[in-house]
Amino acid sequence: MRISRLALFSALTLTGLASASVAFASNKNGPTDGEIGLQRAVTPVMESITNFNNYWLVPIMVIITLLVTVLMVVILIRFRASKTPNPSKTTHNTMLEIVWTLVPVIILMAMAVPSMKLLYYQDVIPEADLVVKVTGNTWNWEYSYPDHENVDPYISNIVDIPNDEKFGLSHAQIIAKIEARPASEPRLNGRPYLLASDAALVVPVDTVVKVLVTSNNNLHAFAVPQFGIKIDAIPGRINETWFKVNAGEEGQTFYGQCSEICGVNHSFMPIEIMVVSKAKFADWVANDGAFSAKYSQNNSGVVKTATAK
Amino acid sequence: MSDHKPKFFTRWLFSTNHKDIGTLYLGFAIISGLLGGYLSFLMRLELMEPGIQYFSNPHDFAMFASMHGLIMIFFLVMPAVIGGFGNWFVPLMIGAPDMAFPRMNNLSFWLLPVALICSVISMFVPGTTSGNGFAGGWVMYPPLATSGHPGPAFDFVIIGLLAAGFSSIFGAINFITTIFNMRAPGMTIHKMPLMAWSVLVTSWLLLLSLPVLAAALIMLFTDRTVGTGFFDPAMGGDPLMFQHLFWFFGHPEVYIMILPAFGIISHIVSTFSRKPIFGYLGMAYAMVAIGVVGFVVWAHHMYTVGMDVDLKAYFLAATLIIAIPTGIKIFSWLATMWGGSIRMTIPMMWAQAFIFLFVIGGVTGVYLANAGLDTAVHDTYYVVAHFHYVLSMGAVFGIFAGFTYWFGKMSGYLYNKWLAAAHFWFFFIGVNLVFFPQHFLGMQGMPRRIVDYPDEFAYWNYVSSIGAIVTLVGVAFFLIWLVEAFIVKRKAPDNYWGEGANTLEWTLSSPPPFHQYEVLPKIK
Repeated sequence: MRISRLALFSALTLTGLASASVAFASNKNGPTDGEIGLQRAVTPVMESITNFNNYWLVPIMVIITLLVTVLMVVILIRFRASKTPNPSKTTHNTMLEIVWTLVPVIILMAMAVPSMKLLYYQDVIPEADLVVKVTGNTWNWEYSYPDHENVDPYISNIVDIPNDEKFGLSHAQIIAKIEARPASEPRLNGRPYLLASDAALVVPVDTVVKVLVTSNNNLHAFAVPQFGIKIDAIPGRINETWFKVNAGEEGQTFYGQCSEICGVNHSFMPIEIMVVSKAKFADWVANDGAFSAKYSQNNSGVVKTATAK
Repeated sequence: MSDHKPKFFTRWLFSTNHKDIGTLYLGFAIISGLLGGYLSFLMRLELMEPGIQYFSNPHDFAMFASMHGLIMIFFLVMPAVIGGFGNWFVPLMIGAPDMAFPRMNNLSFWLLPVALICSVISMFVPGTTSGNGFAGGWVMYPPLATSGHPGPAFDFVIIGLLAAGFSSIFGAINFITTIFNMRAPGMTIHKMPLMAWSVLVTSWLLLLSLPVLAAALIMLFTDRTVGTGFFDPAMGGDPLMFQHLFWFFGHPEVYIMILPAFGIISHIVSTFSRKPIFGYLGMAYAMVAIGVVGFVVWAHHMYTVGMDVDLKAYFLAATLIIAIPTGIKIFSWLATMWGGSIRMTIPMMWAQAFIFLFVIGGVTGVYLANAGLDTAVHDTYYVVAHFHYVLSMGAVFGIFAGFTYWFGKMSGYLYNKWLAAAHFWFFFIGVNLVFFPQHFLGMQGMPRRIVDYPDEFAYWNYVSSIGAIVTLVGVAFFLIWLVEAFIVKRKAPDNYWGEGANTLEWTLSSPPPFHQYEVLPKIK
């Protein structure tokens, strides 16, 4: 009795700790060093994922692992050979076997209900206010706005130096090299190296954005952790997903990375998304994909680039 | 009849003896394991700090990752658990004098060195314009595996995998025939040791899934060489079809690797608790259930390819079901120990660690089965952590458990238990340090197969790489106790584990005679 209560206590404590730490969210965008949970959610879908993760899956995983481990340790101590020289002969217990089949069934069924809800919420795309098309190339992303033909499709490359100049350098040295380049070339300006691009995807806040994703050659995957989206870019197919960035997140920039191996520069095709207010987005569209003077501050990351190849 | 062994050359190159072939498989697995481990160690070294320190060409990093996966799966785990322990102990345990088709058994083994040599050659011939070798991941998805790798490197990989595949198919036919037809009198299928059960189920999985891989590989090959367009959208093909074919093989494959480990663990747990296995029939049919359901869940590896949502819902539900037979196995092991007289020997330590680590890998598997959550962690280090917990720690701990359990039986010598304990502890702590932090990296969104990562992933990557160094020390202790045992030559008695070890192999000498059971044992 004492031991089972101890097990329950430690399970609950550790669950609490685990949920507390995954629930602890900084306001930082992109990954955080040393963090153990998901990135900060900024869309309703990612909020659902985070809740399902923090309040269902992580607690269940921690409790099951701890129960089995504690039970194992208790058995190993209690039934050590020096204490029980004569082992029991029991090899069957129908009731017990039924219980340990049915209890997991019940747990899994309880888990499947919210899981299905999350899946359908995520996958059934609501009516979109804006469509953006993302095409994976080797090795950059091309963004276009089918709803706004005046905005030319543009290519988004990583802000980086060539691979053969990077060998043996620390990130600080690479960043220094990037920042020392002539003003005509893209700089990081404080944005995270390997996540910053020379042309962000620009989307309005609080708007249902449908993303069409395809590829020109190899497979890629368009992934933005804080939006809770990840969808493969497959040649010959157009996949779709959606996001709606919460109100209040305008002015923020979010990051992702290509998430399906696509060749030598797979590590170097980041996704950068700039979320702006609806008015600012309208201005950006009206100016054929550039901000007018009124909005041009703080847009260091966005460089108007040439038309797609 | 005297125990006549053939001369060295005849004995090891033209071997038809199941025990010798088993030994060859185990030796082969150790060599491949060291090779695959070397590749992964260099990858961890590279990932220890942000920046590119060791791989001047990112292509080489991806090539190492791809070959690490293929070598560990096809040339370490499969040869060890099926070819090695299966060959050694299935005939011994069911009371058979040898395998049903001894010459085919020899062919099965010798296809493997050919396969490994092809794979190793592939690393040194041009893959893409960026470098040598195949760098498209162990999953070999086109178009990266077709138009993405025009060089001959990937053709060598295909030939190697076809050879390995045929080796396994022949092996599977051999095991099924042996188990169905050559059990000793009185050994009904429901009295058969669980190791034989696990190899039987595994053999069926191999027989049914590997031809699909072979077909997919041949389609890749013709797409590459003679201009077919199975996977080329410009010619009406579909790259996604390869993924379906691959995972129709690939998911049973993970059970192929873990089921024999289940069998091994069952024997060890039972031996060192001095109790028969609890719920024997449940254990056997749980493996059958895992095998059957394992064939209808493959697309949970493909949640992000843009499948219909109802299809995802099906694969979600089907995948969750696998947790039930797996749970039965875990609980039955614990129930076997309950009321037992438990000795913490070296194999028992590996077995307990296996159960603990497999539970962790199992619950993260349930996590990943949830398609909605998978979106967040798909193709991140969370997945890497998950499958290393079930394979690098599940299957490999099963291998070490079996190896330390049967080493005396196979070699005739006992090992130094302090060296073996050092091997266990360094390895156990090391692999946990390597892979547990990778869950955190995955939750934070670090993608797989990247050579350089943003500074924000630095901390846990550093911890993970420290773990790789600790694991390396563990591997060194493994080699040390192995060599030490052969140098010191402590003779192993017939049944050195004593009461509790009561399967048929313990009735024979250590090592068993070259031809055993000249009079078939009778099972009451």
